[in-house]
Amino acid sequence: MKRDITITVNGEQHTVAVEPRTLLVHLIREQLALTGTHIGCDTSSCGACTILLDGKSIKSCTVLAIQANGKSVQTVEGLAAPGSMHPIQEGFKECHGLQCGFCTPGMMMRAIELLEHNPNPTEDEIRWGISGNLCRCTGYNNIVRAIQYAGAKLQGQETPSTEPTFV
Amino acid sequence: MNCKTSREVGGMGHSIKRKEDARFVAGKGHYLDDIKLPGMLHMDIVRSPYAYAKIKSIDASEALKVPGVLAVVTGKDLEQYNLHWMPTLMSDTQMVLPTDTVMYQSQEVAAVIATDRYAARDGREAVRVDYEPMKPVIDPYKSLAPDAPLLRPDKEGKTDNHIWHWEVGDKQKTTDLFENAEVVVKEQMHIPRIHVASIETCGCVADYDKVNNHLTMYMTTQAPHAIRTVIALVAGHVGLTEEKVRVISPDIGGGFGGKVPVYPGYVIAIAVSFLIGKPVKWVEDRSENLQADSFARDYHITAEMAGTKDGKILGTRFKILADHGYTDASANPSKFPTGLFSIGTGSYDYDTAFMEADAVYTNKPPGGVAYRCSFRVTEAVHAIERITDRFALEIGKDPAELRMQNFIKKEQFPWKSPTGWEYDSGDYHAGLQKAMDAVGYWDLRKEQAEKRARGEFMGIGISTFTEIVGAGPSKDFDILGIKMFDSAEIRVHPTGKAIARFGTKSQGQGHETTYAQIIAEELGIPAENIQVEEGDTDTAPYGLGTYASRSTPTAGAAAAMAARKLRDKAKKIAAHLLEVSEDDLEWEVGKFFVKGAPEKSKSIQEIVFAAYTNHPQGMEAGFEATHYYDPPNLTFPSGAYICVVDIDNETAEIKIRRFVAIDDCGNIINPMIVQGQVHGGLTQGLAPAMYEELIYDEEGNILNGTFMDYLVPTAVESPNWETGHTITPSPHHPIGAKGVGESPTVGAPPAIANAIVDALSHLGVTHLDIPITPYKVWKVLHEKGIVQ
Amino acid sequence: MIPATFDYAAPATLDEAIALLEKHGDEAKILAGGHSLIPMMKLRFASPEFLIDINNIPGLSYIREEDGYLKIGALTRESDLEHNPIVKAKFPIFTDATKLIADPQVRNMGTIGGNLAHGDAANDHPAVMLALRAEVVATGPNGQRTIPIDAFFFGFYMTALEPSEILTEIRIPLPGAGTSNAYHKLERKVGDYATAGVAVQLALDSQGVCREVGIGLTNVNPTPMRAARSEDVLRGQKITDELIAQAAKFASEDCSPSSDLRGDEAYKRSMVGVLVKRMIRKAMERAS
Repeated sequence: MKRDITITVNGEQHTVAVEPRTLLVHLIREQLALTGTHIGCDTSSCGACTILLDGKSIKSCTVLAIQANGKSVQTVEGLAAPGSMHPIQEGFKECHGLQCGFCTPGMMMRAIELLEHNPNPTEDEIRWGISGNLCRCTGYNNIVRAIQYAGAKLQGQETPSTEPTFV
Repeated sequence: MNCKTSREVGGMGHSIKRKEDARFVAGKGHYLDDIKLPGMLHMDIVRSPYAYAKIKSIDASEALKVPGVLAVVTGKDLEQYNLHWMPTLMSDTQMVLPTDTVMYQSQEVAAVIATDRYAARDGREAVRVDYEPMKPVIDPYKSLAPDAPLLRPDKEGKTDNHIWHWEVGDKQKTTDLFENAEVVVKEQMHIPRIHVASIETCGCVADYDKVNNHLTMYMTTQAPHAIRTVIALVAGHVGLTEEKVRVISPDIGGGFGGKVPVYPGYVIAIAVSFLIGKPVKWVEDRSENLQADSFARDYHITAEMAGTKDGKILGTRFKILADHGYTDASANPSKFPTGLFSIGTGSYDYDTAFMEADAVYTNKPPGGVAYRCSFRVTEAVHAIERITDRFALEIGKDPAELRMQNFIKKEQFPWKSPTGWEYDSGDYHAGLQKAMDAVGYWDLRKEQAEKRARGEFMGIGISTFTEIVGAGPSKDFDILGIKMFDSAEIRVHPTGKAIARFGTKSQGQGHETTYAQIIAEELGIPAENIQVEEGDTDTAPYGLGTYASRSTPTAGAAAAMAARKLRDKAKKIAAHLLEVSEDDLEWEVGKFFVKGAPEKSKSIQEIVFAAYTNHPQGMEAGFEATHYYDPPNLTFPSGAYICVVDIDNETAEIKIRRFVAIDDCGNIINPMIVQGQVHGGLTQGLAPAMYEELIYDEEGNILNGTFMDYLVPTAVESPNWETGHTITPSPHHPIGAKGVGESPTVGAPPAIANAIVDALSHLGVTHLDIPITPYKVWKVLHEKGIVQ
Repeated sequence: MIPATFDYAAPATLDEAIALLEKHGDEAKILAGGHSLIPMMKLRFASPEFLIDINNIPGLSYIREEDGYLKIGALTRESDLEHNPIVKAKFPIFTDATKLIADPQVRNMGTIGGNLAHGDAANDHPAVMLALRAEVVATGPNGQRTIPIDAFFFGFYMTALEPSEILTEIRIPLPGAGTSNAYHKLERKVGDYATAGVAVQLALDSQGVCREVGIGLTNVNPTPMRAARSEDVLRGQKITDELIAQAAKFASEDCSPSSDLRGDEAYKRSMVGVLVKRMIRKAMERAS
């Protein structure tokens, strides 16, 4: 039986009817039509569905929509107004931190919380920090750089060069 | 990089940022599962728990009681329309839905159609299928045993499970060589069954419009045009002729070859939409993706090398047993059952080789796809690069020195290989030298000797591979009869901005940027003013799609050729505008000017405007060109990779300390994008080298069919890749490019395997099959008495 | 992947939650972090008819020092444990362990209570709690009771919790001087369940004599396991390489790992031995 829940998504409050079993990711993608959050696995292994729930990065495929009742959700669509970019988006674009783009929204949402806890992460801290997000395209090198870029930008520091370097 | 154009124009050699990224970082990528059509139904698929079983009955009554469930479709239902079978790309046959027997675990058994995906899943759970399990054939060697059950009695005249035999090279000459050679080494190796595991799974929305008798098929496909033709060939008899079919491939969340085949789910969705007249969405979940979609690799190879005691390679001999599962659903060019395995003679100068392969059926999912691989090149490169190391070990020669000694020299190109290929160009010595310098090779060897004396395990592995990509020349290359050209169409608008359409389909490679750069290079129109479109068969010119690193060699070449046609036209218009003869004009990026009077010039934008407003009488108006590029030869990228590993002498954990990859893909369109391709490919090479393998038990149950156990590397397992390049242009390619996407996936596994074996070679270890896990290494250390 | 239908309640108090448990019995499951339960439900390996979501019950998430114990509310998220300053200072073992549990997003949801109440020998906290000699507080219709960790794990996915009890708190004796601890597990890749995991806590006196020791093992036994013989070897002794080797040997002999994709029995026993040695040394280093 469906029940009404109230949820704030990207600053906008919604009251929606969900079954208890409705997964949060399906609420976001299908009922709220925010398709930037993706589904890549069944076992909370890949992180493509990562969003912020009350500011914490979580895997929305493994949380019930009803658990988000009264809570606040942020998705990739809420990062910046259309036509502008959040530093993390800019970092991924400038550092070639994405290829097919499928893991990217989840990766960025995870990175935002990582940078909140740790504004100047080392390469190793970034790698461990995104260990719940699989990327099949980039080999991760440039994702690390993208997050470092965003970290610098968020702190108002000079951003590192985005030119590729070769041996 | 030397660039002919300014950064603003953004032609070849510039690391311009990707044009497609704005939508992806905004969450506005448009992937298959994002498509929502009015009245759209959802499909879920009942799958077999058994690897081999008779279907006694399918009872859908409970499923049909589930609210929202509209229909349950079985093989018997499809049989009425003769849609229960489909051809594979290798002209084998494959069930869409079974009528009586299931042939592998997770095979499609029935489809449930419902109003939403939750109801469809509930319906799937409620379908009752009564099976009579049979003893499956899982081991490909046992598949050929006389007492093995005949797996494909449906194939007329078939009396065993053997699919085909293939061979190439001079068998007698090779036999003679091996009988008389000073040194012969031999290893048995398995290239494991793996999965592309793109983060987006496969799916479709089949939207049949009964009023207009028109099918729009949204589909995660790397080859939309070929799919349209296949649909028309298979379903033409029910009225779906080719002009009535439109295939749209939206943004693709990674393909890697796994989105080339036609899977049963696509066909069922089309059939159901055709019958019901409503859009039907099918999106597989990860378990289905790993367990039922085409696998890659699964070659059992006996590799041999003959040579002299002082290190001269004289010949190679490879014997393959290919496990294709239930049907040969490889995605190879038609005439190449083993794909381009014959590149396996490698980067070395010798003239004697023989290769043969036999393929068999087993009760495993069908395949195998060319996973980031130009058709079995990964298997070939693993075999040659491993056996080369084995040879070096046998005669006690450093593997880098042995390679330097045997490389084809750059002045020997074009070089005819013993299996018949003509390598276009290469400079293998320069590549390996650069990699050795970057990694500090001889210091590492010194360190290794010291560590070995202390009982520590450190290894250095090299892989110096030659690739073969850009399939392919029409005289040899086709898929289901369609020649493997590819295409570009450029339409320049009056204000000098352009749209370009291609027969290929990016899945993350960045075509929207790199194709624009090629056109920018040729015409001087800034890349940012060139919109690239792919994936819609109603608008794009015909092409065979993106896989096997063929986009740059084929469609990229077509872009340059189409642009050159436009430049020829531009010259005529410029001559008209400047009132000079064409012979008096010279081209400089973005403009024609009068020889000796550079101030007299017309920019490409002025010329294009004139093509619409002031074109010469007698000339066709407009500024458009199309080119279908049929490559004269394949291209032969190469690479020199060096991997350094440290192995814990108690836990056998393997740590990749360094990995240096020097690639040569000819001229580079966008160094940033090429580097990104290499990074990603290296991680996909690391995966089978150390982590990934689809594992089946004796009953044919998959033991690791989710991402919990199918171990896709994360950022923690992936080392910081160090990459670079040498540039040896392809002499026959219009822009001298060769293609790069798959090189790292092909080249990395043997570098890693060679490094690990090298770390253990003093214990008498000559070979380990990939994936080489700590557990596998521990067993070696245990056998050798190093650990308890 | 979609769970089967179920009914759901999110009680605001513990009493309500317990009353719901009493009412629904075996058909009900507690939903805390949900990261073991929901994947099982999505794969339809589990289909509970009723979920009691305890996330809205106040006062179940805390980390505090009290009465000589570190008291951890059962709803405390792994990530809270990971970043807590008291924990970081006094229980480096949690920093070791939490980093290796699943991944950051899962740790934002996963709770320490759930990790224990699931009764899974593959989870990491059971071994840690065995090493730390923790107690578990269960709250039921008849109030609270305290269960020593050694009496908590019964069998495969079975614990001492009664059907109508909820695990509400974990109590860990605060370490005295000269006490420290360490955890490590071998995993096939980051976030995996352990191939083998070992938790050690050591209390050394000023002479370096081992006053007390706890050693817990992860995923090498049907239930979370204390390496009791290994502890006996060290207790009351000045720790030497020989004793460490003996402790490692006993642990690898006494555990009972099963062969699976992670490796065979011999390999896992060997890894237990290696990790016992390494964690004893690491705890000793930290203690001094």
